[in-house]
Amino acid sequence: MMDGTEQTHWTKDERQAAVKDSEGYVTADGRQIGGVLMELRNITLRFGGVVAIKDISFDIREGEIRAIIGPNGAGKSSMLNIISGFYTPSEGELWYKGSKRPPMKPYEVARMGVARTFQNIALFEGMSVLDNVMTGRLTHMKAGIASQALWWGKARDEEIANREVVEKVIDFLEIQSIRKTPVGRLPYGLKKRVELARALAAEPSILLLDEPMAGMNVEEKEDMSRFILDVNDEFGTTICLIEHDMGVVMDLSDRVVVMDYGKKIGDGPPDEVRQNQDVIDAYLGVAH
Amino acid sequence: MLYRTAGQFKTSYQADQALFPVRQDAFLLAVILAFAWVIFPLMASEFAYQTLLIPILIYSLAALGLNILTGYAGQLSLGTAAFMGVGAYACYKLVTLMPWLNPVVAILFSGVFSAGVGVAFGIPSLRIKGFYLAIATLAAQFFLVWLFEKWGWLYNYNASGAIQVPNLEMFGVYVAGPQASSVTQYYVVLAIVTLMTLLCINLTRGNLGRTWKATRDMDIAAELIGINLMRSKLTAFAVSSYVVGVAGALFVFMWRGAAEPNLFDIPLSFRILFIAIIGGLGSVLGNYLGAILIVGLPVVLNTLPEALGIPISSATVEHLNIMIVGSLIIFFLIIEPHGLARLWALIREKLIIWPFPH
Repeated sequence: MMDGTEQTHWTKDERQAAVKDSEGYVTADGRQIGGVLMELRNITLRFGGVVAIKDISFDIREGEIRAIIGPNGAGKSSMLNIISGFYTPSEGELWYKGSKRPPMKPYEVARMGVARTFQNIALFEGMSVLDNVMTGRLTHMKAGIASQALWWGKARDEEIANREVVEKVIDFLEIQSIRKTPVGRLPYGLKKRVELARALAAEPSILLLDEPMAGMNVEEKEDMSRFILDVNDEFGTTICLIEHDMGVVMDLSDRVVVMDYGKKIGDGPPDEVRQNQDVIDAYLGVAH
Repeated sequence: MLYRTAGQFKTSYQADQALFPVRQDAFLLAVILAFAWVIFPLMASEFAYQTLLIPILIYSLAALGLNILTGYAGQLSLGTAAFMGVGAYACYKLVTLMPWLNPVVAILFSGVFSAGVGVAFGIPSLRIKGFYLAIATLAAQFFLVWLFEKWGWLYNYNASGAIQVPNLEMFGVYVAGPQASSVTQYYVVLAIVTLMTLLCINLTRGNLGRTWKATRDMDIAAELIGINLMRSKLTAFAVSSYVVGVAGALFVFMWRGAAEPNLFDIPLSFRILFIAIIGGLGSVLGNYLGAILIVGLPVVLNTLPEALGIPISSATVEHLNIMIVGSLIIFFLIIEPHGLARLWALIREKLIIWPFPH
């Protein structure tokens, strides 16, 4: 898929930005980034007459932290919804782990190793923190209904084995003390962390974070940034995030896609994007 | 102090995931089971069996079935009575077509039929939710009761149109029908209800239970973390209808002895829904508490004036009864909208940290 024969649709600039080198690259802080894990080709998304996303192409490489930024209504969340299978693009292709992904249901996408968090916290309020994080392991549990009803054999073994994985995640995100608390009683910042824990428990190949720092104070933002870096560092998880806080994005991410009015106006390392005239115009406005 | 959990350390996840991680809970349950299995049968009268013990157990089981669907999986259903009817009629057909069949096996097997019917009527839940789904299940309620009345094969074309429980024997003892004794029937009901409760507790605390609760709490997020909503909802309908069907078979075979189609009409559905709501949606214990309140309280209120020697006519008692039960239901729902089970959970929480407030 990397030989470029199917990519004739792309403009030269887009190709340069997306495929710098098929072997990966080394980041500013010396991390080796691998080959392409997911590639979006000429994605267009229409809702009736409204074009939410217009002919966007970019890729996400193994082990990198990829950010999608843009002003409100630029189509960032729609993009994430396409990746997680919630929307089906009107046009364009999505390649994942070297093969074209056919249109599929969100739960099938999740089972292929795509986990996500939500802009507005989407935890299961009626359950404890532990149970919420355990739901992240659903795709790894296969015991039949009879075994579960008897709590014997495969179901019990799975329950314990997956609990161990979940406890590692709980430990990692430092939420041990609240593991039996009902989620509804937690403050906002902790809920965000529990949501991250649930996504991490699935051991995803690619983790999508939809505004992980929305509505947080500076300290909470710092904590969350640290967790995101640690997740990437410790588990080697590929992360694709949407964020509004420019400082955070520029510090965290290896490469940034900039969107405006559903179009891609920039793509590259943070420093390069910062210099991009279109990006400056989109964020600061243009004198008319 | 009695409920202090300090000092009860868990050293393995298995111990932490035990059925009763807190020792006092296990003790309390042992006491309740001892009462149910040994002490009640020793002292209960025929009246107590027929008006309290057996019906409370059967109603609890039916509410438990409904609770799996409504409380755990979040799918509102108003067709419980009809699914009970499917269980009862299936059981009737099984024992009349195959008289050699063990009656307990027949009762447990009849739930399979109501599970099938439940799944069929659960299919609309894939597209609609909330009140709209409730209306769809109401269709099941009316259709099935109509079917019980019109399809003569179901009641073996007898003239009365009702099903009459024949005498059924198991290991030389009559367990159903006019000749069966209340004690035997009580033990059969208790055994089945205990077994079902245990299985349901395991299902609701395991992977399937989490799948259901996730579907109930936020279906979009559930789907995006890998839950197949269709499977989740339909398994909830299947398990729920199975339990409800078994409860229906017990209802007719172990308690009523006979049934007409209109027995499974909508008032019964509402009665079971009330038990589940007052007991507490999303809890197993709540079904028992709710059934004790809804089934047991009127009986106690009916017999109380006579026992105290207060001269009131039985009609007045009946009316007072409705008023008192109604106001108690409102009272309980105001002090704890999440039901009696939550009330107990709060009391238990307080007891654990007592004498400290936090």
